[in-house]
Amino acid sequence: MSPRPTDALSQPFARAWALVRAWPGDALHVWRRSLRLRVVTAIVVLSAVVIGSVGYMVMRQISDGLVKSRVDASVAEARTETATARERLGSAGGNDFDPDTQLRLLVENLVARGEVKDFDVVVLGPVGDGGTIGGVRTTPTVDSDSVPDNLRSDVEDGGDGGLAWTFTRIRYSGDSETTGNSDQPGVAVGSTIVLPSDGGTYALYYLFPMGEELQTLLLLRQVLLVAGVVLLLLIAGVALLVTRQVITPVRLARRVAERIASGRLEERMHVSGEDDIARLAMSFNQMAEALQSQIRKLVELSRVQRTFVSDVSHELRTPLTTVRMAGDVLHDARASFDPVTSRAAELLQTELDRFENLLADLLEISRFDAGAAVLDLEDTNLGDVAHRVVGSVAPVALQRGVPVTVVDEGVFMAEVDVRRVERIVRNLLTNAIDHAEGGGVTVRLAADGEATALTVRDYGIGLQPGQSAMVFNRFWRADPARARTTGGTGLGLAIALEDARLHGGWLQAWGTPGGGAQFRLTLPRRAGDPLTHSPLPLVPRDVPAEAARDVPESVQ
Amino acid sequence: MAQAEMVDRPRVLVVDDDAALAEMLTLVLRNEGFQSEIVTRGDEAMGVFRSFRPDVVLLDLMLPGKDGIEICREIRAESGVPIVMLTARSDTIDVVVGLESGADDYVAKPFKPKELIARIRARVRRFEVPTPENLHIGDLTIDVTGHEVTRDGKPIGLTPLEFDLLVCLAQNPRKVFTREVLLEQVWGYRHAADTRLVNVHVQRLRAKIEVDPENPTIVVTVRGVGYKAGSADEPAAD
Repeated sequence: MSPRPTDALSQPFARAWALVRAWPGDALHVWRRSLRLRVVTAIVVLSAVVIGSVGYMVMRQISDGLVKSRVDASVAEARTETATARERLGSAGGNDFDPDTQLRLLVENLVARGEVKDFDVVVLGPVGDGGTIGGVRTTPTVDSDSVPDNLRSDVEDGGDGGLAWTFTRIRYSGDSETTGNSDQPGVAVGSTIVLPSDGGTYALYYLFPMGEELQTLLLLRQVLLVAGVVLLLLIAGVALLVTRQVITPVRLARRVAERIASGRLEERMHVSGEDDIARLAMSFNQMAEALQSQIRKLVELSRVQRTFVSDVSHELRTPLTTVRMAGDVLHDARASFDPVTSRAAELLQTELDRFENLLADLLEISRFDAGAAVLDLEDTNLGDVAHRVVGSVAPVALQRGVPVTVVDEGVFMAEVDVRRVERIVRNLLTNAIDHAEGGGVTVRLAADGEATALTVRDYGIGLQPGQSAMVFNRFWRADPARARTTGGTGLGLAIALEDARLHGGWLQAWGTPGGGAQFRLTLPRRAGDPLTHSPLPLVPRDVPAEAARDVPESVQ
Repeated sequence: MAQAEMVDRPRVLVVDDDAALAEMLTLVLRNEGFQSEIVTRGDEAMGVFRSFRPDVVLLDLMLPGKDGIEICREIRAESGVPIVMLTARSDTIDVVVGLESGADDYVAKPFKPKELIARIRARVRRFEVPTPENLHIGDLTIDVTGHEVTRDGKPIGLTPLEFDLLVCLAQNPRKVFTREVLLEQVWGYRHAADTRLVNVHVQRLRAKIEVDPENPTIVVTVRGVGYKAGSADEPAAD
């Protein structure tokens, strides 16, 4: 089957499902996954239907033919026998014997001929009026019940010389084991004869057994069955072989596609011959080739861009060092300058600091982009980190008149890179102080066994709908007209997000216009463990329900 | 008078291919009371080093003519003079390679002039030992005033920094020093800095003083904390 990504996704479910439902689930799973099984099954089922109907028709034709010829032969035989018997009675004359003897001779004669020609005789009579001797005479061991009633009435109503026949079951009296005869199907032909001595009409019945025909038909059926089964097996084998020819390249293509998807771009299919499969392989390879070259181009492009950013940042550092030193010299000597030059030296100094920070942030971002950032993990109490960072931003907070408080006291452990987490918290706090509009900033902490969370809440201008995802964009500003006042580089939150991601953690923002904003950092208790929840809500508890309803999309 | 003053000033050799930065460094160094000389090509560095006989070398790693790492090795081959690397790429393997080839310290560009001066001062000032003149650590004898370390009377050549590191540990034989404390006491950092400095120099020191550097008995690692001096009574305890 085609390697769809959903297959990989549904596999665990399918396995669990198979476990729950035991083997029927397994069988269903195999059935759904194996194209070959379905094709072979379809071919076998259709072939069975075709072979069955052809066999049935052949069987019908042959048995009809056999039975018809037997019936024809039997009727002809009966006609001849009856004519011969009439002839014999006629030549014997009417008065030579008493009726009893005449009938006995007739029957004996017929039985003797029957033994030679393999038929049995039943004589019933008299029918109608005129007969004098009643009773039943038969070939020894034959039961007169073998003559069906409907034939008897046909013959008795049919009048003189009428012939009628029907199928019957010939029954034998006595033990079948001692006589060697068992009941068998046959043809019963009936006729009437007039006994000259008393003028009575007697019914003659000839029973022709069809055992041999039956044997032939049984044998034929067996042969046809065996032939059908063998034919089906052969068809199944052929189908397996043929489908393998088609399925094998498809499966190979699937494997190659999976390998390419897993990043081994140099994988190719083997092409042999010029048939459809070979053309499929060729097109597949062309596709892989095109993909590979595109991906290589993109990888190369992004590598060039990354090294360019990194190189630029590094190349700027040497001249910046010189400028920095010159600035320091001027700054140290500013007391001896006139006021204008002195102020210029001060501005030079502060802007150099900003330039340096920007360059450092750019380098940090380029390190993330290059995948060169690594964690230096340590078991840390985030409470300590929060207090430390709040202490370090206290001068700025004081200057802006923004009280910063850590609400929750206690131990909130997590395995983190202290330097990076401090940077995250510092970036969140400076951002909050920047946008607090004179309101307070509150830091909350919480931890459970799996995760540790820290939120920074401000009551400033907040965020417009949809902005909560954009705040993490590089150099993004909520309001382009708003001036930066605390000298942020515009990369702080982007770096914070990368730092959080590096820990396998979440950094999310919530905000409402005029209602302030809250940033939530969630880190796994053990680095690398997957996060499923956060011990703190993203939307602050002090927010009314209707404002909380519009929870913006979260960013991880 | 002026001439005599110049002679007393500590000498700093600046090896950097960026002429503007080198000149700026000279200006700042002169202001801070140092005497300096500039070399802008790597292949000229050794000649000037021998004639100028500096107290500290400031060495850029990327130089025309000869690589900074190579110069570092050549200086170390004939002198223990403190070397401070100037590097634009502090996060690369270059820093570790530089430290391993003998540099004592490094300063990442762009640095603040005061920071650089503090680094140079720390290297020139040396480590101060209050009282004892002879210290013992393991089977080594340290003559603090004579700046000499001997094992069974045979001297072992250490750079001034390695000597300071060993003395710092030997002074308090039972005390465990964290890397941060060592950075502060030996290198003179006031804020936390790159702990790779300590790791690399402890390795270099062990290579010189330990009988078996793979199983150190004199400078012992205390896992998760730092380093301490091995006890003379239990030399195999690690």
